[in-house]
Amino acid sequence: MALSTALFQSRANNVRGGLLTALIFLPPALVLFTLFVILPIGEAAWYGFYNWNGLATPENFVGFENYTQLIGNKVFGRAFINNLLIIVVSLTVQLPLALAMAVLLADRLFGAVAFRMLFFLPYILADVAAGLIWRFMFDGDYGLISKVWQALGGDPLYILADRDWAYVAVLTVIVWKYFGFHMMLYIAGLQNIDRNLYEAAAIDGASGWQRFRFITVPGLSPMIRLSVFFSLLGSLQFFDMIVSLTGGGPLNTTHTMVSFLYYFGIGRMRVGFGSTVGVVLFILCVVVAFTYKRFLMRDD
Amino acid sequence: MTEATATDIGAAIGVSSRSERPSTPLSTPIGGLPRLLILFFVGALVIVPLLATALGGFKGLGELRTNPFGLPVVWQWENYWGILASSRYWRILGNSLYISALTVVLTLAVAAPAAFAFAHLRFFGQRYLFNYFILGLTFPFATAILPLFIKVRDLGLLDTHWGIILPQVAFSQAVSILLMRNAFRQLPTELLDSALVDGCGYVRFFFWITLPLSRPILATVAVISFVVSWNNFLLPLVVINTGRKYPWTLGLMDYQGEFMVEWQLILAFITLTILPAILMFVLAQRYIVSGLTAGAVKG
Repeated sequence: MALSTALFQSRANNVRGGLLTALIFLPPALVLFTLFVILPIGEAAWYGFYNWNGLATPENFVGFENYTQLIGNKVFGRAFINNLLIIVVSLTVQLPLALAMAVLLADRLFGAVAFRMLFFLPYILADVAAGLIWRFMFDGDYGLISKVWQALGGDPLYILADRDWAYVAVLTVIVWKYFGFHMMLYIAGLQNIDRNLYEAAAIDGASGWQRFRFITVPGLSPMIRLSVFFSLLGSLQFFDMIVSLTGGGPLNTTHTMVSFLYYFGIGRMRVGFGSTVGVVLFILCVVVAFTYKRFLMRDD
Repeated sequence: MTEATATDIGAAIGVSSRSERPSTPLSTPIGGLPRLLILFFVGALVIVPLLATALGGFKGLGELRTNPFGLPVVWQWENYWGILASSRYWRILGNSLYISALTVVLTLAVAAPAAFAFAHLRFFGQRYLFNYFILGLTFPFATAILPLFIKVRDLGLLDTHWGIILPQVAFSQAVSILLMRNAFRQLPTELLDSALVDGCGYVRFFFWITLPLSRPILATVAVISFVVSWNNFLLPLVVINTGRKYPWTLGLMDYQGEFMVEWQLILAFITLTILPAILMFVLAQRYIVSGLTAGAVKG
């Protein structure tokens, strides 16, 4: 195109060039995203109405039978509760711990940077590796926890084989691995709190606890909500560590919804039944995301 | 969404150049010795499992049972050397590196132009299309893993690395497009206006101005997609059947399944497979922490 026309470039011209560029720039992302993300989610809803082993095409339409089976399934019920327990522990143990560590490490005091890095380290390890490390720690014959217990005079502890304690072990590892990530969120949030508030409060004679309660916590509330949101989503997709730490046992007491989907849907090629689990997960994700946007982020 | 930027988080972790004035620890209610005692206690809880794993790899099985806490009496280097000398170890790391590198390159190549289109172009249906991508933000692989498996199979990609790479690129689109669109938008609009007047088209502007000026956000997106791919387990588990093609996460579980109770070997293998991640973390803390947290915060 000649330079002179470009000089008098009209808005229409601009729009046309823009449209052409968009037609080159968008399709790759659009195709990949539609093919591998949107279509499979839609297909999960469709397959969920069939009894299908994944071969040929789904023909055996069973209506809501897969769903009623799922609701009546005891292992799935336990898995659902296990997912809720992850959320409970995230809110009652992990969140306060992360917040406490963030407050202790927010200022440039001795060792602050080193401790931040150390606490963040488990987060970058793969869940599979973290699960195996702790499978060793909890091992009755070789693991450190059992050895400490024996040193105190107890019998060897087979925690991962114990129906009542195996899932407690899983929850422990979750806190170990993820609190550092939430701590980093809080530390970032703390940088945005106006330091003058603390100075003013100190002059007015507020105690350390009062400054924490009335300045730090309110100032951090957007980050706290964000961290809760990540805990919810993290719980819904929790899987890898179950495989490497307990494999869902003993007696299927430590499954999460996704590990249930894997062992009972994919493992047995029950595509229809497994898809219903995917649909349930999908609906829960939508509910979480919607609630988050609608209520929790309202004043941001 | 919350306005914490990568630089805020860079400052938060103490690696930015922004100097904070030395001040009394006003936001910390506990100082001095109690603070350090708490930190060392929590720090011990974090590091002991890692140390026990690395040291356990140097012990014999018998010593693992009798001497669980101390340093190895005899350092059994052959546990580690045996693994390092095996092709198995290097193969699974190589597979993971190949998968992750291609995932990163493709994610950037596909998402950056799309993000540019959403940031600077005006076309019909733009908002709807953008929201369509944003839908993907909250859905993990798990929600659609079964149909995804069927899809990968029907495309003939089962048991190939592309069967992992392409879905990974697809699933990273939402967060990548969102992060890059926001960053591209922050470039001064005068730049684009004057470029267009000077006869520089959108495509050239994208390659010669936008991309070179956006290196930090490209690095962030690269870090996120690399780490997600490097640590991915569920997708390879479903897609790959052949041992030779395993990424390290599958290779690790495979090794554990083979040596079951020979913990000293498993511990050495764990240590060696997580070593690359730890080294990367130590060398590039700044990018990794700010990348992962910024990605999470903004996404």
